[in-house]
Amino acid sequence: MEEDIDTRKINNSFLRDHSYATEADIISTVEFNHTGELLATGDKGGRVVIFQREQESKNQVHRRGEYNVYSTFQSHEPEFDYLKSLEIEEKINKIRWLPQQNAAYFLLSTNDKTVKLWKVSERDKRPEGYNLKDEEGRLRDPATITTLRVPVLRPMDLMVEATPRRVFANAHTYHINSISVNSDYETYMSADDLRINLWNFEITNQSFNIVDIKPANMEELTEVITAAEFHPHHCNTFVYSSSKGTIRLCDMRASALCDRHTKFFEEPEDPSNRSFFSEIISSISDVKFSHSGRYIMTRDYLTAKVWDLNMENRPVETYQVHDYLRSKLCSLYENDCIFDKFECVWNGSDSVIMTGSYNNFFRMFDRNTKRDVTLEASRENSKPRAILKPRKVCVGGKRRKDEISVDSLDFSKKILHTAWHPSENIIAVAATNNLYIFQDKVN
Amino acid sequence: MLAKWCLSWFPQDRMFARGLKRKCGDQEEGVEGFGTVPSYSLQRQSLLDMSLVKLQLCHMLVEPNLCRSVLIANTVRQIQEEMSQDGVWHGMAPQSVERAPIDRLVSTEILCRTVRGSEGEHPTSELEDSPLQSSASELPIVGSAQGQRNPQSSLWEMDNPQENRGSLQKSLDQIFETLENKNSSSVEELFSDVDSSYYDLDTVLTGMMTGTKSSLCNGLESFTAAAPPPSSTCKSDLAELDHVVEILVET
Repeated sequence: MEEDIDTRKINNSFLRDHSYATEADIISTVEFNHTGELLATGDKGGRVVIFQREQESKNQVHRRGEYNVYSTFQSHEPEFDYLKSLEIEEKINKIRWLPQQNAAYFLLSTNDKTVKLWKVSERDKRPEGYNLKDEEGRLRDPATITTLRVPVLRPMDLMVEATPRRVFANAHTYHINSISVNSDYETYMSADDLRINLWNFEITNQSFNIVDIKPANMEELTEVITAAEFHPHHCNTFVYSSSKGTIRLCDMRASALCDRHTKFFEEPEDPSNRSFFSEIISSISDVKFSHSGRYIMTRDYLTAKVWDLNMENRPVETYQVHDYLRSKLCSLYENDCIFDKFECVWNGSDSVIMTGSYNNFFRMFDRNTKRDVTLEASRENSKPRAILKPRKVCVGGKRRKDEISVDSLDFSKKILHTAWHPSENIIAVAATNNLYIFQDKVN
Repeated sequence: MLAKWCLSWFPQDRMFARGLKRKCGDQEEGVEGFGTVPSYSLQRQSLLDMSLVKLQLCHMLVEPNLCRSVLIANTVRQIQEEMSQDGVWHGMAPQSVERAPIDRLVSTEILCRTVRGSEGEHPTSELEDSPLQSSASELPIVGSAQGQRNPQSSLWEMDNPQENRGSLQKSLDQIFETLENKNSSSVEELFSDVDSSYYDLDTVLTGMMTGTKSSLCNGLESFTAAAPPPSSTCKSDLAELDHVVEILVET
């Protein structure tokens, strides 16, 4: 319970007015670090909340999936662009951790325009006994200094500090949708609707433009970049997805500006499924390399697809996330849900994929057994330690007990962001303003 | 194997829980029947109108969501392409159909006007685009909800805008008029009206699909063929649809 009180305190300090706080609390990104020890969430209010995993003790095996608030800080503030006369939202679009290299942790966070590198470090000692300044840090009158002291480090309560180390600004005209740390750990990329930039972590005043799909004449614009990611092992390779449902793989060794792709992944359109909404629902909302680097997973509005890097003409696997919505596309277009950007994740061994849906449902697909499950992130329906009951959506015909009819799905409750622990069966699911952490049931 | 999952930990509510109003098709249950099926073209027109309103709202934003805007604009192009094939597209003289590329019908430029105008990265290359610049400067500012009585003429590039104003132009006029007469805060209001009525559209659309296929022109194949068979929930209420259209185009 201690943690609860603790976090409430932290959250309260950020509350501005009530209505603003509710909107600002909507979680906009979730990301485990490389060991799974930390879990970072970003929200629409520009805050980053980092959770740390509870230390495991032998007699409390069931507590292995518990995370406590470790650090909370305001990463981005609302800004005003005076030249364009527009407000830049503080909403955190993405968070990416850097691999840990010393005691401190580093992460990148981005809003629509600016990427920031944060250092998160612990401090449990403080220096005392300076000669020239007193304990409050004020300079002492030299006349009062009569003896020479040796400063000492005294233990103090553990403090977690988040400090901005780099600010990478002024390089994006459009909205940043993705950031990805390269496997060389020296560079990262940031992608917006029309361009991708490559940065060195040490250099904030310039970046290399590696992809630019902005047509000379904006009237000809029919396609935008929707997501981009580096290959997990080959630092010269990256992929980006588009609103037309295609994925391009680029090799930075080929040329400085990767305007010609190395591979082009596209599935021919199924004529029997064609409608006015075909293009909208084929727009890719997320692209993720498998940990092995062999596959890429993409998420479009109705499906998740797994592509083999060696096969460009069609995905090797296609998973229906909520095909029952196909008959509802018109109202989903009308209420703009059709533009929701669902993300997708791999489990640690690349054998299971997970992605979100509506009504606080999320889906898992086992790539080997081809089994799938729909689970619900809800406090009412899931008691701690009780096994989650698979949910079922009734598609036409008679609704069986425990089934939910398509018409009663709540489209305002959507799970867009999820994360999977890098090596264990622990998942984090963001449901609007709530974060759920589930683990597989051991015995 | 998919593991069995349990809630491991539920961090406190990060906000005050707020009851969200459910927006589901409850009202659909009461109504049944398969009487009159609205025509495909009427629904296509509704979809077009809906898209145009969305585009117009995008246009009012200083920096619209580009992905969404592009997808909507492509949808509009697609509908217009099909309409011009069917000969329903009044806004364009028949002989010019072949000559004019489809993307002249709606220009994405209107979506990105402000973005492009404020582009600061390549000032020199932007300046070189002189024909572009001029076309951009002709574009009206509709963001300020008054004045500017003829934004459509430049929104829609046509050979003879004055003569060839078809029904769509008129409907656009109506939409703009409605938008202009309301201040920006009531735009939402306007939409909430549209909202509930449009909610029935896909049941109508999907039901219609199978019902009127034979009577439709060749453009129809490009419409959804994946529509599920008409079920009992399929409500095709012409009056409802009329109401929808009425909101946008005062019939």
